[in-house]
Amino acid sequence: MTTEEKLTIAEKLEILDIYKNFPQKSTACMEGLKVIQKYRRWVSDAAVKELGELLDMSPAAVDSIATYYNLIFRRPVGRHIIFVCNSVSCWIMGYEPIVSCLKTRLSIDYGQTTGDDRFTLLSIPCLGTCDHAPAMIINEDLHRDLTTEKIEPILNQYV
Amino acid sequence: MERPLTQHIKNDGTWLTLKEYEAAGGYRALKKALQLPPAAVTQIVKDADLKGRGGAGFPAGKKWEMMPMGKETPGPKYFIANGDEMEPGSFKDRLLLEGNPHQLIEGLIIGSYATQARFSYIFLRWAYHLAAKALTECIREAYEAGYLGAHIAGSDYQLDLSLHISVGRYMCGEETALLNALEGKRANPRAKPPYPIVSGLFGKPTVVNNVETLSNVPHIIANGADWFLHLSKTGEGGTKLYGASGRVKRPGLWELPLGTSLREILEEHAGGMQDGYQFKGVLPGGGSTDFLTPEHLDVPMDFASVMKIGSRLGTGTLIVLDDKTCPVGMVRNLEHFFAQESCGWCTPCREGLPWTAKLLDALEAGKGKMEDLDILAFQVDYMAPGNTFCALAPGAMEPLQSALHHFKEDFERHIHEHKCPWN
Repeated sequence: MTTEEKLTIAEKLEILDIYKNFPQKSTACMEGLKVIQKYRRWVSDAAVKELGELLDMSPAAVDSIATYYNLIFRRPVGRHIIFVCNSVSCWIMGYEPIVSCLKTRLSIDYGQTTGDDRFTLLSIPCLGTCDHAPAMIINEDLHRDLTTEKIEPILNQYV
Repeated sequence: MERPLTQHIKNDGTWLTLKEYEAAGGYRALKKALQLPPAAVTQIVKDADLKGRGGAGFPAGKKWEMMPMGKETPGPKYFIANGDEMEPGSFKDRLLLEGNPHQLIEGLIIGSYATQARFSYIFLRWAYHLAAKALTECIREAYEAGYLGAHIAGSDYQLDLSLHISVGRYMCGEETALLNALEGKRANPRAKPPYPIVSGLFGKPTVVNNVETLSNVPHIIANGADWFLHLSKTGEGGTKLYGASGRVKRPGLWELPLGTSLREILEEHAGGMQDGYQFKGVLPGGGSTDFLTPEHLDVPMDFASVMKIGSRLGTGTLIVLDDKTCPVGMVRNLEHFFAQESCGWCTPCREGLPWTAKLLDALEAGKGKMEDLDILAFQVDYMAPGNTFCALAPGAMEPLQSALHHFKEDFERHIHEHKCPWN
């Protein structure tokens, strides 16, 4: 483990602050993963191990939780993450041309990151905005009533 | 027509502040409830027959009544609002969470008081970022105004409320899986019994109610059970948030009397089908409900009536299938969702759903055989209620079994024509 991979004191304090509210240390595992991801965008093997040490859990136990939740990233992601809804209402209203357009424009497939580290493309189940399908979220911003023409101007907002 | 849940919600993307909510009569119901014994509050909600709006329709008052009470009860007890809205095609709780968070918080405090819970949580899905912002701000306001914390509104009652923002997975909406997620674990479901009301969060008695259910509570306490029962068009009380998505003219969300007909929602509120599209069928309450077809259009959309014709009210948000959309493709999309979201805890779901999804892939690609239809029918039995730990797989089978029934010819055409007729 290299020094820059070590959890910082700030991260550790934030995690310790979470578990003091709970009957068991391990309750803070999911929140701990969120803290690490907030600072590092993703959760490395080294971070899994360190979080385990902090919460008296084995790395495997931490990883079993980290890999369960689709919004904890165990691989590096780009500066901006695109989540395209692939559920039923968006399918009916045509999300597939939107995804094709994104894949062509960014030259990546689902699960991949652009070479300049700018975008990661992921699919996501129903975003709960079905009356404005098709829809996607970039980082925390919801984009609705999508058409392929809207993709370019939307992507330009994210540098 | 009264619209208690949505009447004060603004359409400008902002939520009601504490000041605005109080000006509209907010938190008066809480003060009224705190003057009553907890059991009397539960009785009012029970008399109102407030059925759970998360999809199952279990009466909230009956759930509260089962909460162990008295000094010997092992505590602390918990009360949780389920805001993990992830049912495909459902977007009703979002409006309440983003538009009027104090209404939910007040309902949550009243429910917690009625069941004498010490801690409460709002379990929110990650995707609802605006709701997270609104709730954080409103919880802070409620603490400052003395509606949360010690001595709520001058009483002896104490309650703390935290917002939990989830990190994905449809499973978290299942109440026992939600409890595991709150405990920081994998969101696998728990065996029932014991039900959460006996052994819930950290093994303590716990109530879990849906956001729309709890948002009704302040109005029931303020106006009484009789008023609530008379809001609806049928024997079941209250209004309902109904929605529609798909190829209708005006997709959207409307608060209407419970028991409004499917036809009225589709034709008057959603404006009918878009030009050039015909109505072929509808999932009445999210992805895990059975298809209804044109002969069912006059059904009153309440729990009992929709059940009677072989489907479920579910979340009350319609997903409309039109004649230019392939029904096999639609079911395929749904089964891929369910297969992906299966937690893998029990075998029928873990093995059966991917198998089902692959059979539908083959059919849609024109590579299906007639015996595949028998295997799909087998899957429906294999994942029937009672064979799995939770309702995910049985729910996944509802659109499939009804599609095999109503759209049998369309499945067969895929096999005989060796392609999807809609492509």
